[in-house]
Amino acid sequence: MAYETPVFRPMGDRSLLVELGETIAPDVNRRVQELMLQLQQARLPGVREFAPGYRSLLVVFDPLTLSPAELKARITDVAGRPASAGLPQAKLLTVPVFYGGEYGPDLEGVAGHLGISTDEVIRLHTETMYRVYMIGFTPGYPYMGELPAALAVPRRSTPRTRVPKGSVGIAQRQTGIYSVESPGGWQIIGWTPIELFDPTRQLPSLLEMGDRVKFEAVRQVEI
Amino acid sequence: MAGVNTFEVLSPGIMSTVQDLGRFGCARYGVAASGALDGFAVRVGNLLVGNPENAAVVETALMGLRITAMRDAVVAVTGGDLQARKGNEPLAVWRSHLVRERETISFTGPVSGLRSYLAVAGGIHAATVMGSRSTNLASGFGGFQGRPLRKGDILAVEPVKDALRFAGRAFTPEWIPDYSTPWRLRIVWGPQDEHFSEEGRQTFVTAAFTVSPNSDRTGIRLNGPVVTRKPGMEESIISEGILSGAIQIPGDGQPIIILGETASGGYRKIATVISADLPLLGQITPGDEVAFEAVAMDAAVQALREMEEKVDRFKQSLNERQASL
Repeated sequence: MAYETPVFRPMGDRSLLVELGETIAPDVNRRVQELMLQLQQARLPGVREFAPGYRSLLVVFDPLTLSPAELKARITDVAGRPASAGLPQAKLLTVPVFYGGEYGPDLEGVAGHLGISTDEVIRLHTETMYRVYMIGFTPGYPYMGELPAALAVPRRSTPRTRVPKGSVGIAQRQTGIYSVESPGGWQIIGWTPIELFDPTRQLPSLLEMGDRVKFEAVRQVEI
Repeated sequence: MAGVNTFEVLSPGIMSTVQDLGRFGCARYGVAASGALDGFAVRVGNLLVGNPENAAVVETALMGLRITAMRDAVVAVTGGDLQARKGNEPLAVWRSHLVRERETISFTGPVSGLRSYLAVAGGIHAATVMGSRSTNLASGFGGFQGRPLRKGDILAVEPVKDALRFAGRAFTPEWIPDYSTPWRLRIVWGPQDEHFSEEGRQTFVTAAFTVSPNSDRTGIRLNGPVVTRKPGMEESIISEGILSGAIQIPGDGQPIIILGETASGGYRKIATVISADLPLLGQITPGDEVAFEAVAMDAAVQALREMEEKVDRFKQSLNERQASL
């Protein structure tokens, strides 16, 4: 459930964390998206950047142009008004995935942990339409949910120092795709060739918050 | 526009990168700011050589960078004193200097601070990616081919008219930042200070922490007494946006000051370094001692105002000097 009014938490003298709900939930996340759009349209002087999260919006500003107290008042005012325009149409992306084997080294372990077959893990992972809650961790990395409860597994007890780009991971009730090679602690069940991030593109991140993603199992070509 | 080949890297040293003041506006795509870690030094360095404050510079840490000039150039060295030399002569910090073709500039080791900045009249030539010339090391784009400098790299400079007139300028001595240790960093509490016990908060502002050798451009890791959470508070929180200066306390209770390479995080932040002290973060060296002092929001904003006034007044003095020539 989204909060009635935002909760403000200063992060230093140049950014303000605006919390809009307590939990990971589509309505709270939609409220984050809406507030970002409202604030973009309000064009407050001195506001430099927005960093949306699952349940909060980080507003970065110049405190010499707009004092922290003034900024809070302006955001409260904007947040209290009905959103003037609807959110942009969400993209729907189908992501082809090679599950298991060298592409998904943790698939067997996940199945063993849950006491189900690897086919069942794949079936559960591909049957849900996921919401992109935020982009973070690395450029273009989509945090997606909500994973079926039957697939909830803990993070790896020892994170890997190198997870290949394109790896599809799960952890608790979330799923994600490693957009660049990086360290990582999620259970890797597959791999996709989709390019999530390209700094030379007009929109560098393929996905944005609010987009929808469905995974599709691809059979490995036998040679 | 093509740059003019100006320096050849003879040795890259421990870590040298091309940076400007950072990449802003892309946090929503998970792209961190990157950028020079001592932004004040970069702004002054660029002003000394007649550049806009945000021109690209070379950031070098600790020691070992050696470059040779392929043509005459005007440079300024600012930030930490890493004993810069031109040939065998010392090159004073916070000043601009004429470097002749075939002369070598080297950085031999720190007297104070950790990172030094080499600004060149015209600015280092680098492609603008997502609004910035800074190097994003984690994802390998921006700056010089998205990576630290290597032996044999050729640095090009944006062409500029009459660059030599910028030699011999100096920054106002009393405004040169104090990089002496132990560090005393001013913070404002939050965003999650209330998740920590009273004892944990007290520890945070009274203890002397030691900078861990595991520190790098992503964060300054501190060792010291454990900063305790309130009972029942889990180690992690739901991921949210983050900025440089935010101080995370992970499960082991040892603070990490976030630097510019992270756009989101899932740990509790007890406090955030004030904007006026952010440039100091680039100069904190493994082994140094760090203590935190809590200030009110108004005091933090006032300190930033005073810093900006120094930059403005210095800019004005340069303009007056230019006008009187």
